[in-house]
Amino acid sequence: MKEIKFENLKSGSNLEKVLVSGQFACTGEIGPPTYASFDVIDKHAKEMKGKVDAVNFTDNQTAVVRLSSWGASLRLIYEHGMEPNLQVVCRDRNRLAMQSDLLAAYAHGVRNVLCLSGDHQSFGNHPGCKSVYDVDSVQLINMLKRLRDDGCFECGAECKVNPKFFIGCAENPFGDPFEFRAIRLEKKIEAGADFVQTQCILDMERFELFMEKVRELGLHKRAFICAGLMPVKSPRMARYMQTGVPGMLVSEEFCQRLEKAEDPKAEAVNITVEYIKRCQQIEGVAGVHIMAVAWESIVPTVIEKAGLLPRPTF
Amino acid sequence: MIVAERKPIEKVLEMIAPYKKVLVAGCYGCVTVCLAGGEKEVGILASQIRLARSKNGNPIEVVEQTVERQCDAEYLAKFQDNVSSVEAVVSLACGIGIQYLAEKSPVPVFPGVNTLFLGANLDVGKWAERCFACGDCVLDKTGGICPIARCSKSLLNGPCGGSQYGKCEVSKDVDCGWQLIYDRLKALGQLDKLKEIIPAKNWKRDKGPRTLVREELTLERD
Ligand code: SF4
Ligand code: SF4
Repeated sequence: MKEIKFENLKSGSNLEKVLVSGQFACTGEIGPPTYASFDVIDKHAKEMKGKVDAVNFTDNQTAVVRLSSWGASLRLIYEHGMEPNLQVVCRDRNRLAMQSDLLAAYAHGVRNVLCLSGDHQSFGNHPGCKSVYDVDSVQLINMLKRLRDDGCFECGAECKVNPKFFIGCAENPFGDPFEFRAIRLEKKIEAGADFVQTQCILDMERFELFMEKVRELGLHKRAFICAGLMPVKSPRMARYMQTGVPGMLVSEEFCQRLEKAEDPKAEAVNITVEYIKRCQQIEGVAGVHIMAVAWESIVPTVIEKAGLLPRPTF
Repeated sequence: MIVAERKPIEKVLEMIAPYKKVLVAGCYGCVTVCLAGGEKEVGILASQIRLARSKNGNPIEVVEQTVERQCDAEYLAKFQDNVSSVEAVVSLACGIGIQYLAEKSPVPVFPGVNTLFLGANLDVGKWAERCFACGDCVLDKTGGICPIARCSKSLLNGPCGGSQYGKCEVSKDVDCGWQLIYDRLKALGQLDKLKEIIPAKNWKRDKGPRTLVREELTLERD
């Protein structure tokens, strides 16, 4: 393998190197369990090892209490020698807790952080809790950028050993107001986002439209945009996502293909592979993020079939 | 205004169970406007209490009185005679009035309402939250629509990913505050305002319970 010389990396993470070197990135995701064990994390980490550039760990996804994303991230580093992408939501922590958790995460070797608003607590299993939202996702991104680049906390005080994170954000091309979505992404990039993982794409046309706007604003030149993809294994699930999940758009074609398929699971893999290939053709898409919610074990198959192996090493 | 709603009668009866003579104290301010604790509601609650207690063979004497504002010492003084003749008070003022009355009362004061939020009267019988009293108003940046009170996550820099068809991810019955802000700014030709990154907010909680002292007024009084 040709040795690549990197200059001025922001974090030096594997994911950053893949993206900076212009290779099509590929990340996976593991939802930590709702109990005190690493069992599923270990299982899926083994499956994904060598197949993905980094693994996202969701942060109390859908506002359900789960093993923490930083705890899962450390497990991945120490037990599996793999690279996590630590998700942080604004719902559960104030700026003090966030910064303190991130100092520890960095000291333990976490290099990628994905900043999110977080699902509203009404979706989860503690709907009566008091949410925090001390800072929003744009402010969180900016807090991390200042920590990294200016070596100071949100309050302005100096941080002697500053965490140098590769800063990520999400964006939902399917939410409303549609015309504002690319502008919102621009704000996140302006605030300091280096890479983007989009909400899962189950309506390719809408995504292409979104990418048009992104290119108009030149955002693909300022941040690495990775397309979020989700293999959906049952037609029922697809229909539910079409009608029951706020902020989601699922094309009729997508649902019907799964409904007509003799083997919906195989079709789900086919669709995801096709979508990966389509994303590779879209100017400005730098990689894919595969979130196989409750179906993590399929990720290696998808990646292999899409011809994304072997993954680059540095 | 401060919007409140009456506590269920059972709760009120529970609070005053040990007493034989109580005052139901109303307020002509916000709670009168939102029909939770004005003179009329005082009358209704007083009758409910009397009726329930006499039915139980445990009669109670209920005194009724309503003043201009329970959040103002000047008007609270008017309760003096009544509070010194009863064993307990049920106040139908907002949480502020209840507390202020309790501060001045020799007998226990109980809440007869749940204080809900700072809101507007949208229609007959309909109120909705509009302000969180954050202490640093940003309405100039958001088309006069409060992102803190009207976005379910109090986001300051635009809508989360759950906004769709004008509704908030929390419920199809809740408007997305950020969609409202977007529409309003668009109508005003001020969409460029949304590009500004609003920095992390100072929630102004660093001095404990918030107070306001206006020197020029205190001087005037002296
Ligand atoms: S920004 Fe919102 S919460 Fe703050 S003072 Fe203005 S209306 Fe009230
Ligand atoms: S959907 Fe709209 S109102 Fe609801 S939390 Fe998101 S941005 Fe706020």
